[in-house]
Formats: sequence, structure tokens, C-alpha cells
Amino acid sequence: MQGVAQQPVVQLTVLQPSSETMQKIAGHKGCATQGGSGKASCGSGAGQGDLAPEIWEKIKNHPCYSEEAHHHYARMHVAVAPACNIQCNYCNRKYDCANESRPGVVSEKLTPEQAAKKVLAVASTIPQMTVLGIAGPGDPLANPAKTFKTFELIAKTAPDIKLCLSTNGLMLPDRVDTIKNFNVDHVTITINMTDPEIGAKIYPWVYYKHKRYTGVEGAKILSERQLQGLEMLTERGILCKVNSVMIPGVNDKHLVEVNRAVKSRGAFLHNIMPLISAPEHGTVFGLTGQRGPSAQELKALQDGCEGEMNMMRHCRQCRADAVGLLGEDRSAEFTTDKIMDREVDYDLETRKAYQEKVEEERQAKVAAKQAELETLAGERSDIKVLVAVATKGSGRINEHFGHAKEFQVYELSTAGAKFVGHRRVDLYCQGGYGEEDSLDTVIRAINDCAAVLVAKIGGCPKETLRKAGIEPVDKYALEFIEQSAIAYFREYVEKVKTGEIQHVEPGDAAIRQGALVAA
Amino acid sequence: MAYTIVAENCTSCAACEAECPNVAISAKDFAFVINPKKCTECIGYFDDPQCVAVCPIDATCIIDTVYPRYQARA
Repeated sequence: MQGVAQQPVVQLTVLQPSSETMQKIAGHKGCATQGGSGKASCGSGAGQGDLAPEIWEKIKNHPCYSEEAHHHYARMHVAVAPACNIQCNYCNRKYDCANESRPGVVSEKLTPEQAAKKVLAVASTIPQMTVLGIAGPGDPLANPAKTFKTFELIAKTAPDIKLCLSTNGLMLPDRVDTIKNFNVDHVTITINMTDPEIGAKIYPWVYYKHKRYTGVEGAKILSERQLQGLEMLTERGILCKVNSVMIPGVNDKHLVEVNRAVKSRGAFLHNIMPLISAPEHGTVFGLTGQRGPSAQELKALQDGCEGEMNMMRHCRQCRADAVGLLGEDRSAEFTTDKIMDREVDYDLETRKAYQEKVEEERQAKVAAKQAELETLAGERSDIKVLVAVATKGSGRINEHFGHAKEFQVYELSTAGAKFVGHRRVDLYCQGGYGEEDSLDTVIRAINDCAAVLVAKIGGCPKETLRKAGIEPVDKYALEFIEQSAIAYFREYVEKVKTGEIQHVEPGDAAIRQGALVAA
Repeated sequence: MAYTIVAENCTSCAACEAECPNVAISAKDFAFVINPKKCTECIGYFDDPQCVAVCPIDATCIIDTVYPRYQARA
């Protein structure tokens, strides 16, 4: 392993940020949620925001880091790392369901050689696949030989693919230099606490230096190693995102402190995700009835942290073997028996051509939004509304209401349209809402929205939505999302002014907890 | 004596394989197995048996009472 790590096998064309860049990230305070002057909304929002240009250059095509990129670019995870070195109360290592979509779940484990072959097969079928991540189902750094062998093989055959990994951080300080040598330029650490007392409620044990440590003692080791690892990544110019699982009553309030701790150590993006917890998952939290947050609880915490640093809101909490655009999973097309005999022709030119086309489309979208935003100039109103959008991707309102597996949620104000999250409304398997009218599920998921923007919608659901206080809007079919949302908002404010409609504070909405039927 | 793996509990995560100081653990069909001839219960290496310490599922790596204690054999 050591010998391998010395070889400069990866040639990525992305910029390596200087230490100066990393200081800029570390020093980044707050973010302009005001529109105008070419800046998009905050954080992982629609564009560059106020990230340093060098960082934007690195993340703009990364679907897991840039909300805007995830419309155009795909990622894949390869499940080469089954072993783990800690136990989390939201994870159940025995669970393996093909119909389940959440972190830690996979259908088949791969050897590094199978993984490399799979990456080539996927990249030559899906030209928008730009990112390869190793996220388990255990911890990549608890399986260092398998993880780094996979990176080595992929870097040789598909040098344009970005490599990243997602870790619990326990072994990170020992592996930072290897990570650097492989040009892995994006690392995600899951940090749920910096207070070991709270950690003891999340982590029953950690396995460190040949010993199992439980309770506060274990959580203390984990926390120290995570923060040390983060600092070491920052020093070496490796971009680091921090994931946190929001567990109401356990770490929800504490995550504000976590946010400060990781920001001060140079994390450039913080992704606070809702706990996924249901008895049928067999996790400790599922079995003890620990609930996940509601949509508004999650948003309030994300909003509260946003003054401190960039927040990510488009995470789909995908499987450790997911393939495709975020929110879709094409892993079933690329199972080992389907790809091992396939002849693969890795066509760099086709991939480049696709990516150039995407750039044009992106620029058109930004220009359209700018033009629309100018029509709001001078408008004064304290009104903020949420709208749900049905989209298949490409940043357009291009999905039929009844076909939508998820809705994207934008917060509209005179500052513009800001992406604040997404709500999954897909079908559920046993234990979920399978027997229920799916329209009820949708309404529960977007109950805090004033309107839903769709490409098309039938008469029946239209009526039901209106009764629930959600305005179905299909006049912006196939248009750009943000441009249309701003136009909708302008009309909304007009109607409130003329008294045609009344602005009411919306209710709360539910976050999906059941098991997903694979797409 | 030696440790053994309860096959129906094993998730084949391979965590134990890498930690065993005796290289006594290997993959077999749908579970990992411990070679009782090689297992020393980690005596002489570590305070705790490593497979037990790292296994994510409780009561999966257990003492196999078929064999005498390791010290007795030494």
C-alpha cells in the first residue's frame, strides 16, 4: 500500500487551491443572500455565490457539492469498503435491501478491480458522470487497501474523473498524506458532535488501536480525531465538507456549535441532514422510536447556521452504491454480472463535448435569472414564500406533477429565489405509506409551500391541492426554475397588494422516513 | 479454545479479517470463518480478542466451547 501511494498516478485538471485559498475558506463569513451583481444565492445554491473562484472551479461540476451541478452531472459510489471501525445508532450493518435508499445500504460489494471496471462502464454510458466516491457501506479508511487500490486503478484508466471519499474521520489523521498523494480533492467527514457527552448518545463504541472504547471515552477519541483530520486536510489544500445528522433532542441544538467548530477549521461546506429513522430499519434509533426532524425544523437549523458558513441543502442521502444524477439511481443497470463481460470504450472526447454543452446551458440559465431578478428591483416586501418545483433536471420545470419522485423547494423573497431543500415523495414499500393515496403523501411533504410549479397536472389533483392551500401552477412549463419562480413571486406580491389573495403563514411538512422503492 | 463466527449473524464486512493477528480469519460463501487451529484468542497480542472488538454485530464472534482454552493447549 505504501509503495502504491508514492506513485503520482492521478492527473486531474482541476486547480489545487493554495493555502491562501484555504484561508479564504476558513475566513469566509456569512453569505450574501441578496441577489444581483451576478451573484447567485448562498451556499450550495444556484451558482458561485461568494465562494472563492478557485473553490468554485473545483466544485462547480461536483453534484454532491454544488446544487446547480447536480442537475447536470452525475456521481457514482462503489461499495468496496464494507468494514467499519465505529458503531452509530442510526446505522444497521445487517440491513441490506435492494429497495432501500439511504446511506450504508448496498446490494453487492465489489473488489477494487470490479469497481474500476464498473466506473468505466458507467462513465462510457453516462457522459455526465464526473465524480467517483467511496462511501462505504462501512468506512473507506477502515478499508485503506481496498479504497486506495480502487483510486489507483481508476486514476489510470479514467483520469478525468474526480475522486472523493466520505469518512467518519477516526482514521483520517493517519491517511491524510495518502489521500493527498492520490489527488483526492474532496473529502467528506461525518461530524455529529464535538461534545463527547452528546457523542455517547450517538456512538455506542469506536474501535481504535486494537481496542473497543465505549461511551464518552469512545466519543472523545472520535471527536478529537475528526477535528484533527479536518485541520490536516485544510493545511494540505484538500476541500472538506462536513456532514451532520440532525437528531432532535440529541444533537439538534448542539449542531450550531459543531458548525462553528468545523468552519473555524476550514470546512468549506456544511451539510446538515435529517435523521432517517424507522423501526423497520432495525437501527437503535429506529427501535427506540427516536424521531427525525420535520422539514421546518431542519430548515430552521440550516438557516440558523447559514450566517456562519455555506450550507448544503440538496443532499439526497443516497446509497453507498448509487449511480447517476442525485435523486435517481441507475445502479441496477450496472451490476457486476452485467458489466464484467462488457467491452468498454472510454471516450474522453464525447465526455468533453457533453460537458461543454452543459456549460452553455448553465450560462443561459444564469442570464435568464438575472433578467428576471431585475424586474424585482425596487420592490419592497417582507413576504417570504416557499414553492415546490417538479423537475427532471437541467434546471427546468420539466416534470409532470404525478410523475415527480421529489420536489425541489425554493424560498422566494425580494432577494430572489433560493434553493432551500427537496422533498421526496416516491412510493414506499412495506411499513411506509404504500396503502395510502399518494396525493396525501405529496401534500404532507410540501405542506409548507404556497404553490407547486409543474410542467403538467391533471384536473383532479389540481382541485385537491387548492383545497390544501397549495396553488398548482403549470404556466411555466419547461421554463428555467429560478426565472419562473421569481416571476411567480412578483405576481404573488402583486395579488397580495391588490387584496386578491391573502398571505398566510404556512404549516410544517414531513420528511420521508419509509423505505424507498428503487427507481 | 478458539473463537468462532455465528454465520447467520455475519454481514461479511471483513472487518475482523484485517485485525486478526494470527491471520486465522477468511471469507467463506456467505460468512467469514475462523480457523480454530490458528486462533489464539489474541492471547499474547492484545488485551481483547480483536474480532470481538471490531465486529459490528453483538454475539457474532463467540468462544467455541468445542475446543479447550488456548492456554491449556500451549
